[in-house]
Amino acid sequence: MALFDRLLLFLVSEAFLFYVFSGTAVASALCVVLQRNPMHSAFALIVTFCSLSAVYGLLGAPFIAALQIIVYAGAIMVLFLFVLMLLNVKREEPSGGRALKTAAILLGALFALQVVGTLAGFGLSPAANYDSSTQSFARLLFGTRFLYVFEATSILILAALVGAVVVAKKDL
Amino acid sequence: MSFDSLVQNPAQVLPWVILMLPLFGFTVLCLFGDAIKRDKEESGAGIMATGLVLACFALAVVVFRSLLLIEPVGGEHGLRFVTTRLGREGSVLEGANWIEVGSFRIPFSLLVDPLSALMMLVVTGVGSLIHVYSVGYMAHDADRVRYFSYLNLFTFFMLLLILGGNLPLMFVGWEGVGLCSYLLIGFWFKKKSASDAGNKAFIVNRIGDAGLILGMALAWNAFGSLDLFELAEHAKNLAYEPMAQAGVVTAVCLLLFVGACGKSAQVPLHVWLPDAMEGPTPVSALIHAATMVTAGVYLVARMAPLFRLSEGAMLAVAWIGAITALFAATIALVQTDIKRVLAYSTVSQLGYMFLACGIGAFGVGVFHVFTHAFFKALLFLGSGSVIHAMLGEQDMRQMGGLRKKIPWTFWTFVVGTAAISGIPWLAGYYSKDEILLNALVRERLPLFAIGLVTALLTAFYMSRLLFMTFFGSFRGSHEAEHHVHESPWTMLGPLVILAAACFYVGQIHVNEFLGPAVRSPDEAHLPHPTWFPYAVIGVAVAGSVGAFLIYLVYSGLSARIYAALRPAARVLEDKYGFDRAYDGFASKVVVEGSRGVLWQAVDAVVIDGAVNGAGRMVDAVSRATRGLQTGLVRAYALVILGGAVALLGYLLWMPK
Amino acid sequence: MTIPLLHALYLSAALFTIGMVGVFLRRNVITILMCIELMLNAVNLAFIAFSRASGSLDGQILVFFVMTVAAAEAAVGLAVVIALQRHRDSLDLDAFNLLKW
Repeated sequence: MALFDRLLLFLVSEAFLFYVFSGTAVASALCVVLQRNPMHSAFALIVTFCSLSAVYGLLGAPFIAALQIIVYAGAIMVLFLFVLMLLNVKREEPSGGRALKTAAILLGALFALQVVGTLAGFGLSPAANYDSSTQSFARLLFGTRFLYVFEATSILILAALVGAVVVAKKDL
Repeated sequence: MSFDSLVQNPAQVLPWVILMLPLFGFTVLCLFGDAIKRDKEESGAGIMATGLVLACFALAVVVFRSLLLIEPVGGEHGLRFVTTRLGREGSVLEGANWIEVGSFRIPFSLLVDPLSALMMLVVTGVGSLIHVYSVGYMAHDADRVRYFSYLNLFTFFMLLLILGGNLPLMFVGWEGVGLCSYLLIGFWFKKKSASDAGNKAFIVNRIGDAGLILGMALAWNAFGSLDLFELAEHAKNLAYEPMAQAGVVTAVCLLLFVGACGKSAQVPLHVWLPDAMEGPTPVSALIHAATMVTAGVYLVARMAPLFRLSEGAMLAVAWIGAITALFAATIALVQTDIKRVLAYSTVSQLGYMFLACGIGAFGVGVFHVFTHAFFKALLFLGSGSVIHAMLGEQDMRQMGGLRKKIPWTFWTFVVGTAAISGIPWLAGYYSKDEILLNALVRERLPLFAIGLVTALLTAFYMSRLLFMTFFGSFRGSHEAEHHVHESPWTMLGPLVILAAACFYVGQIHVNEFLGPAVRSPDEAHLPHPTWFPYAVIGVAVAGSVGAFLIYLVYSGLSARIYAALRPAARVLEDKYGFDRAYDGFASKVVVEGSRGVLWQAVDAVVIDGAVNGAGRMVDAVSRATRGLQTGLVRAYALVILGGAVALLGYLLWMPK
Repeated sequence: MTIPLLHALYLSAALFTIGMVGVFLRRNVITILMCIELMLNAVNLAFIAFSRASGSLDGQILVFFVMTVAAAEAAVGLAVVIALQRHRDSLDLDAFNLLKW
């Protein structure tokens, strides 16, 4: 095959989309960390979530991809934006502590190297017969193994709801 | 123990009763003394204390009689012993041991034999007379309950000392009388000189006690037993130790003698006895004349079988006794306080007792203890009566011509002075006579000479005391003269009884009675050269006449003699420098050493430095460590990350 | 061309590290919470990748639950932030340093 053909094939393959969306994810993640204004960080985080949703979809998890948009980008980030606007957060001053910053970046880099070093030995390949439809997902979720956990999670959410209300109230 | 056997042999249980009665009195007076004083009439405490001691005396007489009646037990010289041990032969308390560590076993046991029975009679008899006297003497003292409780406690400890069947038990009594001596000397503790005197007595005693403890330890090590009876038996199997082959027996005897010196105020541990006169006069009479100071003589007499084996120890005892006798007599010549004269006289007489023991005549030494108890108590109580009449004045230079004003005191005092000087038919003549006779007959001529000279001096200074106090004209102030009055009958009664005793006790052949107890077969009446009685009586008369001439007839002669012999007088007044030397040692070496070395250097620098330094080190370490706690959450999180990275690194690259 | 799963894991590691460093570098509490959410997402990605590799859907179920818990945690965390702001009138993490010696 000619190089151009290979290139065209690549351009319409899943891998290409994967690289594009992962690049977006990393770039926006960097923006989350490096932006001074918290509102900008929140928006960058939304972009990250959307990119990740795409990645999930490409990896064969459509239901999770949908959930990512609905729950994360749609609920959690909206909550974040609510609170940001409620508390009227301003632009953040540059943080002091040079020692702290260098130590953080150094240790972070070290950690990343270690993780990468661990992963390098893995030989992963996608399995065949990957049944990732919503029906099979639901069958598993409401099945004997995970039903109890699922119901418990609803209790957890109830607790979080009550807790959030109580903690944020002005007068107890 | 059935009632029949009790009646037949009261010596089995009565000693325990006798021992416990004064202790009971002490306890009751301690706990309820104030109540007794308030509820009953003023002398309730005194009456109770006296009653108990009189009861003890009565029981002691019973024990003594039973001792005379029982069959001799064992031995070749008709030994008469009764050993009563708590726990033997079916008593209620089976096998009561005070200390039991491995093979070291000290039971509670009392030894009742002629020596201890005799001492028991003296202690309880003279003691009860002094109790009666004290009721009168201390009638106006606010602390008399405490006084009587201490007196009872002392009686208990003294009886324990005498009756104790083994050395440790005797030592408990020994220490106890030392304690009571301290308490009673410093009775009026608000007076600094009194409390200082108490301290001095106790500390000097302690020095002697160190020797005693060492002696006990050595005795245990060498002989395997501390029981008095067993030691006496064991001594039969030991070899005689002449000076050249001085061995463990000599060592033990010398150490025990050190203890005796401390308690009986022999040179150089005599310094506490004169200062002990700070205590009430009945205390001086009881403790420092009749009983406690004779404990040393008692110890030596008890250990007679051991002492006889050691030539070195006997020499030490005899010579230290003789030197002390002469030494104290010379100091007594220049004393002006009436009680100090008597104190030095006591030291001197104790020297006589040790002299007797040292030449082998133990029974005679104890005989002198016996007679000395009576006339010295009489003299002290008489002086107490004089002091009472003089409203507390003790300086003889303020007295004079009292014989017309306090006749009863005067005449009993005359009897006492005659007794101590060695006038015939009175107690001191017999006992002192025996001592000097034994010295002469056993060919210890230097000791005899010292004894004779001391007898001369004794007669002299005692007569001096008599003449200065009772004869001549009154030298005190006019109102003092006005107040001179005779003492109450509670004080005079004992004086009369003791004076009567002085006539009688000399006749009792105590040394024969004691013979078996001190294992001496040859102390019966020894033949004496014809000039001997004349020499002794002559010395006594010469001393008295000399004092008469110097102090009464040729007034002013005493002052001129004093001026002529001034340097010698100074030395005597300084008590040969002993107090100065001890003071210098104590203050220079001990106090300065403690302050300079132990306090400032060791305590402040080393010990405090170590303790404070430990604290400072902890402080420094914590100061360094708390830099970790910045309060910044991010820093904490970083540390967690650092830990995680390290752990991961280790897991990844650890050597396989 | 199929997606190399190893690269997905590398992406997960990169996102996780970025989020972690962000926690240490930022001072605003809410920003730190957002970085934590980023880290959770990185973990989710890893789960999905491994689920793809193993062929069973258990990984995805786990992601479901992680998302739920993350939502609950974000809600309560933000409520705490509101309370903190009311108390100290500052959202700077360095202001809450009462644990200092």
